[in-house]
Amino acid sequence: MMLEFFFTRGLRALATLLLIVTITFVVLRLSGDPAINILGLDASDEAIREFRRSWGLDQSIWVQYVRYLQAVIEGNLGRSMLDGRSAVDAVIERLPATLSIMVPGFVLQLVVGIPAGILSALRRNTWLDRLVMTSSVVCFTMPGFVFALLLVMVFAVTLHWLPSGGAGTLAHLVLPVLTMGFFGAATLARFTRSAVVDVLGQPHIRAATLRGIPRRRIVLLHVVPNAALPVVTIIGLMLGGLVAGAVITESVFSWPGIGRLLVTSVASRDLAVVQTILLMVGTAMVLANFCVDLAYGFLDPRLRHGQGNSANKG
Amino acid sequence: MALVASTRSRSTWQRVTRSPPSIVLAFVWIAIMVVIAVTANHLAPYDTAATDLGARLRPPVFMSGGDWNHILGTDQLGRDTFSRLVLSVRASMTIAIISTFIAAAIGIVLGFVAAHSRGRLEQIILMLIDAQAAIPFMIVALAVLAFFGNSLVLFTVLLGFYGWERIARLCRGLALSASEQGYTIAVRDIGASPVRVYAMHILPNVASSLIVAMTLNLPEVILLETSLSFLGLGVQPPLSSLGNMVGAARDYMERAPWLVLAPSAVIMFTALAISIIGDWFRDLTDPAGESAR
Repeated sequence: MMLEFFFTRGLRALATLLLIVTITFVVLRLSGDPAINILGLDASDEAIREFRRSWGLDQSIWVQYVRYLQAVIEGNLGRSMLDGRSAVDAVIERLPATLSIMVPGFVLQLVVGIPAGILSALRRNTWLDRLVMTSSVVCFTMPGFVFALLLVMVFAVTLHWLPSGGAGTLAHLVLPVLTMGFFGAATLARFTRSAVVDVLGQPHIRAATLRGIPRRRIVLLHVVPNAALPVVTIIGLMLGGLVAGAVITESVFSWPGIGRLLVTSVASRDLAVVQTILLMVGTAMVLANFCVDLAYGFLDPRLRHGQGNSANKG
Repeated sequence: MALVASTRSRSTWQRVTRSPPSIVLAFVWIAIMVVIAVTANHLAPYDTAATDLGARLRPPVFMSGGDWNHILGTDQLGRDTFSRLVLSVRASMTIAIISTFIAAAIGIVLGFVAAHSRGRLEQIILMLIDAQAAIPFMIVALAVLAFFGNSLVLFTVLLGFYGWERIARLCRGLALSASEQGYTIAVRDIGASPVRVYAMHILPNVASSLIVAMTLNLPEVILLETSLSFLGLGVQPPLSSLGNMVGAARDYMERAPWLVLAPSAVIMFTALAISIIGDWFRDLTDPAGESAR
């Protein structure tokens, strides 16, 4: 049962990956001559011939597709137009900088969003609930760059406590991480609240309350584990928000990560780099969702003990 | 239990008139924005392209040094901020509304096709929905802009792909449940074609959920458009959008914070107002539903 679940989920992840690569391939073909797009207009004839041969551009579209798949698997995604280095290297080099704001930002989202959502649900229709929900709606509708610029205005321009951009010291990390945390915490709080509210309304919670089990015990042992399932699902989807958040955050704070690289590459139409980032983000998203599926498998006892499969229909 | 029953028996009109002040404020704000968007050309006191290097970075009227010639001051090229703001509101609102309608059209068609075809075509559409949901739209948008270059039409159509998957999923679900209901079966038995059944009978019956979904999609499109324009990859100068106004003003934050704050506030209030209306609308059409987002 478990194995079958993981196997089908794994297959689905692979299929999605293949779809992403295929779409990239189609888009690359639609957008003009890939040799010139990837190598740049000023590439030598010899380089273009070499590129065409190595990617099989002189052959039928199916052969080209297979060659493209091969190139993707080998990590041969062309060279950056700007400095002629391998696009994959250029992107991977920026990875640590992005992760150094993404991981703390993600932790911040969890630490703020989940407790806020749980508290809000437990104190439903009180001032606390209203406060959390109102601020979550406000955060939800405030663009990330506005929040980032407000932070800069307050902490860098007015108070001079923190640098307004750049990288190097720990102080440089604070504002970007706060911005990243802001991106998902609101959504997470709202989602956690409705998950907990759903669980609170279920008969087994009422039964536990009637049996006189202390509220704290009910919340920790009955409510939280049951509400965890939908919340874990949304966390997988939140990675997308993190990536989008990194693009904005890194641009505002001149952070030397993948997000800013993507923006500059799009502006200069450095397609090899854009393509590499697109495929990497796609892979990361598919892997994250696969991990969420795994976590789901462990969290849901129906799957763990192989009783029924009502949980894997979504 | 009695409370639920009384809520349900209350008429829609009563629920409208008893709406909280936040809803009224949201509607007022949106009404102002719509009026501004429609009358932008007459409302803008200055030509937005007219630069006046003698009057650069003038503060707004309510700050010391400001005057009534430029209510919201001027930018780094001496252009009138209020005029630019008014035209930006029009640009951003128009793009967001057109894009949302495109997303709705794609979503409705694919959702209904999936519900109708069942089988392989449905599987393909579901897979596309999953793939779209799996990759952050902003990355896809950036990639498309890199591959195809940027033009206003392309940009608007591109934003039209934002959220189609949610609308498609919704339409598929609604169509599946609608196709088992009496009215659909009756129309089908009379011999109506599938297109007629979906367009003339199912669509009107699912319209309220659809309008809610579109309303909730709208602020997200506004945020996406302003974000991309802020990055310099969306609406291109000389056309101004709320996002590229903020983007250009970023370098003058120390001397002229109002240049950042004015368009930012407009973006925020507009997105906030539309989502408040969307949430309210959802509760109105589905009084029993708990807000789940």
